[in-house]
Amino acid sequence: MSKKGYFTELYVGGKSLLVGLGVTFKACLQPIVTVQYPREKLDITPNYRGHIELRRDPESGECPCIVCGMCARACPSGCITVEGEKKEGEKGKTLTVFALDFTRCSLCGTCVETCPKGAIDFSQDYNIAGFTREEFHYDLIRRLEERG
Amino acid sequence: MSEAQAPLHHRFHLNMGPQHPSTHGVLRVILEMDGEYVLNPQPVLGYGHRMQEKMAEARAWPGFYPNTARMDYAGALHYNHGYCALIERLAGIEVPPRAEYIRVITSELNRIASHLLWYGALLLDLGAFTPILYTFDDREQILDILEDITGSRLTYCYFRAGGVSRDIDDKFVERTRAFITRLRSRFPMLEKLVNGNVIFLKRVEGVGIIDKDMCQRYGATGPVARGAGVPYDVRRAEPYSVYPEFDFEIPVGENGDSLDRFLVRFKEMEQSLRIIEQALDRLPDGPVMAKVPKKLKLSPGDVSFAVEAARGELTYYLISDGTEVPYRMRIRVPSYSNLSVLPELCHGMLLSDLVAAMGSLDLVIPEIDR
Ligand code: SF4
Ligand code: SF4
Repeated sequence: MSKKGYFTELYVGGKSLLVGLGVTFKACLQPIVTVQYPREKLDITPNYRGHIELRRDPESGECPCIVCGMCARACPSGCITVEGEKKEGEKGKTLTVFALDFTRCSLCGTCVETCPKGAIDFSQDYNIAGFTREEFHYDLIRRLEERG
Repeated sequence: MSEAQAPLHHRFHLNMGPQHPSTHGVLRVILEMDGEYVLNPQPVLGYGHRMQEKMAEARAWPGFYPNTARMDYAGALHYNHGYCALIERLAGIEVPPRAEYIRVITSELNRIASHLLWYGALLLDLGAFTPILYTFDDREQILDILEDITGSRLTYCYFRAGGVSRDIDDKFVERTRAFITRLRSRFPMLEKLVNGNVIFLKRVEGVGIIDKDMCQRYGATGPVARGAGVPYDVRRAEPYSVYPEFDFEIPVGENGDSLDRFLVRFKEMEQSLRIIEQALDRLPDGPVMAKVPKKLKLSPGDVSFAVEAARGELTYYLISDGTEVPYRMRIRVPSYSNLSVLPELCHGMLLSDLVAAMGSLDLVIPEIDR
């Protein structure tokens, strides 16, 4: 390599490093883009697909599930268990068990799409942690009652 | 020192991976080392094998939707797209135009997100920590946009045979347009920070040259082939969806070195932005889901469908025996072929160059193992 080539390269290379440094320096003066989680939290979108949850019909205030079991059959991972029983004086079946094994759920949304009554919806929970598998076996009827 | 001169007792084996920061997943490469030089690197696969193909053969076809996203977590929508289009081709389902446009827009957003992730990761492998923070900032915007309509941030399950599961709204269009402007304004910054940087150029220029012949022999596709000067892109070669309606270029490289592959992906981001812009301008109204029977038996026969994923050509091949459950499913993933060039490509290289060359292949390991 000739002397000139060497010095040109030194100059061009050195300059490129300074230009890059300039970019970094400018970024130092710009507003912070990260969020100081967990002290600060971002709102998540209402369209977020968390684990599924039973929902109430806004008019009657009751869960419209008719225990048809279509969600359980459509789930590719087989994580939904639905059971119901026939009660005296009531039309159709009443929901007695609606269990979700969240450890196997892949959050695909097939169950929500298949439900003919719109009885299930996605929850907004994302901060979920636990020590045992059983903590992720959800009893959705109880959760619905707790939500009031 | 050439291989013949090296005294054998200087040789030793080195395991790169399965847990190694530059393999970006559980890939193990057995390196035979001669000092700092790599001889005969051998990738070992299968640490993340989940039998995705077998799973497809064990359940009714709609049950495979969530699996598609779990293969390539960085470009999940392309995998969604390939699978849904495969079923549509077999069952003869017409997809409404609006749904096709939404698919193109979201797929291209996903491609940009994948390229941004790779951009930062490659530079991280080369020892530059700063760029990944900038590209992640941009990528985060895409994830927010996609989360708002698909409901998830990474492993999307958004496309359905016959359309998409949820329509986009004005907010989506607005945010996407804002993102296009934002990313365009960031390109000059990235060019200044990285593309002209002397250390970066010295690390990638002339390193890991893949020529056209090699691409053909190994079946390398995507930016790897385009970097070698092969203008092969499924969106052009075998157009699907509404891609023929858009005006975009296919960037190609000249020398086939790591720098060319880098530049091809960098330019592709701008092309994706162009496609998104055109698609947003011409977005038709109408339904986003075709009428598809709840229980759809797949007609007997075989069918294949190829899409251009972020890393190259992805092909689904399905044989049906007339039931709801596919008889055989075969998935041809781009990273597998792109990785297979490694032993030939990196023979006799410096170890640090191997990291650069491997980074420029943009490997996603769960996709290879699948
Ligand atoms: S989201 Fe998918 S995997 Fe989860 S319970 Fe519903 S159908 Fe099953
Ligand atoms: S939630 Fe819906 S699909 Fe599931 S059993 Fe109830 S009504 Fe049927």
